[in-house]
Amino acid sequence: MIEALDISKSYEGGAIQVLRGVSLTVAKGETVALCGSSGCGKSTLLHLIGGLDMPDRGKIAVAGKELDAGNRALDLLRHDVGFVFQLHNLLPDLTLAENCLIPTVAAGTKRAVAEKRLSELVERMGLGHRLNARIQKLSGGERQRTAICRALMNSPRILLADEPTGALDEKTAETVFSLLLELASSEGLTLLMATHDRALAARCDRMVEMRDGRIVEGGHNAGK
Amino acid sequence: MIFLRLILTNLLRHRMRTLMSTAGIAFSVAAMLTVVTVLQGAVGMFSGLLSSDSETIVFEKNVSDLFFSEVPQSALDELTKWPMVEHADAVVFGIVSSHDQPIITCFGITDKDARLRKAAWIEGSVAGFKADGQGIVLGERAAEFLHAHRGDTVPVGHGSFEVVGVIRTSNGFEDGGVFMPLKAAQSFFHKEGSSVITVKLRNADELAGFKARVQAQYPNLTALENAEFNRSYSQFRILKATAWAVGGCGLLLGGFGVANTMIMSVFTRIREFAILRVNGFSQAQVATMVLTEASLISLLGAGLGLAGGSSLLVVMKYVPALHGYVDASLRLSVMALVLVLAALTGILGALYPAFYAMRIRAVEALRFE
Repeated sequence: MIEALDISKSYEGGAIQVLRGVSLTVAKGETVALCGSSGCGKSTLLHLIGGLDMPDRGKIAVAGKELDAGNRALDLLRHDVGFVFQLHNLLPDLTLAENCLIPTVAAGTKRAVAEKRLSELVERMGLGHRLNARIQKLSGGERQRTAICRALMNSPRILLADEPTGALDEKTAETVFSLLLELASSEGLTLLMATHDRALAARCDRMVEMRDGRIVEGGHNAGK
Repeated sequence: MIFLRLILTNLLRHRMRTLMSTAGIAFSVAAMLTVVTVLQGAVGMFSGLLSSDSETIVFEKNVSDLFFSEVPQSALDELTKWPMVEHADAVVFGIVSSHDQPIITCFGITDKDARLRKAAWIEGSVAGFKADGQGIVLGERAAEFLHAHRGDTVPVGHGSFEVVGVIRTSNGFEDGGVFMPLKAAQSFFHKEGSSVITVKLRNADELAGFKARVQAQYPNLTALENAEFNRSYSQFRILKATAWAVGGCGLLLGGFGVANTMIMSVFTRIREFAILRVNGFSQAQVATMVLTEASLISLLGAGLGLAGGSSLLVVMKYVPALHGYVDASLRLSVMALVLVLAALTGILGALYPAFYAMRIRAVEALRFE
């Protein structure tokens, strides 16, 4: 489902080398945790795979299609990939429902279809009673579950999560993480997640260790 | 709906900023509307002076202003005899002064002039205005500021004249002016002929023939249909151009206000745009959001400006000094044009902010505080 081959990425005209020849494959339906210390390149790799940025060198293929700048990346974001961030990145002036419907507006989904999907997801997330609540009124866990809901609105095949439990307390983190794994299983999602928490990471199908912009362990699927 | 909600949310989030921008456009539109309407009203009034009950005007060629035009008496005598001419009337235009009024428009006319017949006589009657006499008729406003009534003698310029009547007309220039017998005006202004001859043809289809005949017989004169004159008279063109230029400048200022608001709006929402981009919004969708916000501000401002400007015109119509100058009725074409210009101004003002928003790099912008 995801194939990243010899990816390099730098910033500030090459002064900061973030990724150095990273290769990674993730099979369909697999749950993979990217682990490593801060600054090792986990988030950058996720952004490149999700089409939010382009590598300096190397190739990335997602769902069988090679990524390039422009329309393919946009298409990816609208239909194939859902993103969950550490700081949820919800729009505070909108309600839970309105935030979740944003990806469907971008994708041009019919409102009735979008609302049906929303209704299903919020029930699974336990957020049905908070549909019309403003984001400021939600707890940290509710916000992150809302972010997950938003990421799944267009029924993506891949879920990319960048430290989804990083800003949560232990109990809430456990709840959110379990939800992610359960959704990955029930929705048939391929889950690639960056995390510091090795205990949570161990519950994934595979752990990939990164250090100084390189994958030092677990970069390829050994045959699940 | 979510798209619209995103747009409205931002406008409502910063109410004061939205209000200030809207007010900028509103004042610009109101100013534009007022200036254009008043100046067009003045143009309309002046052309109304000339048309009276005729459709053609004969005057000297290549003069910068009708006040300097000289049409010989012989031309009037001749034109009156042409079969195609129903009637021809000489008019002398001049500017006179009185002790408190430096500028009073003066019309030298015959006792057959339609103005006297159409006006409402407040004092005196048409019979009191003698073609070879020295008695003058005052417009109602002129009588007020000269503090004169029928029977009084008023100083006008270097002479004094008896007031034989006071009339009320719908034309502001006439209502604030002095009507002298033609011969008296010719003597007063040292003219042998008249400033213009207004002509009514028996058949409007004979206009082309009339113009050609005037051209052939009087090479230094020109004959124009009233509408043609309105289009070509330099003073009218200057007034109209000035009106639109002043109004346009005002609208431009309002547009700068919108541009400033949108720039501020975009710069404070970089993270929001990044979130939208990460969730699949295209550059075009982001730009459309910004441009739509600006358009809404402009259209709202334009609507308020039209309402405010119209109200102001209604009030101005009843100001005595502006009597007859202001036509408060709004033409649909003017309203539509103003709305379109306002929307365009808003969109143009938002082009740079929209472009900036489009180019936000989502990954970097998500780190923006």
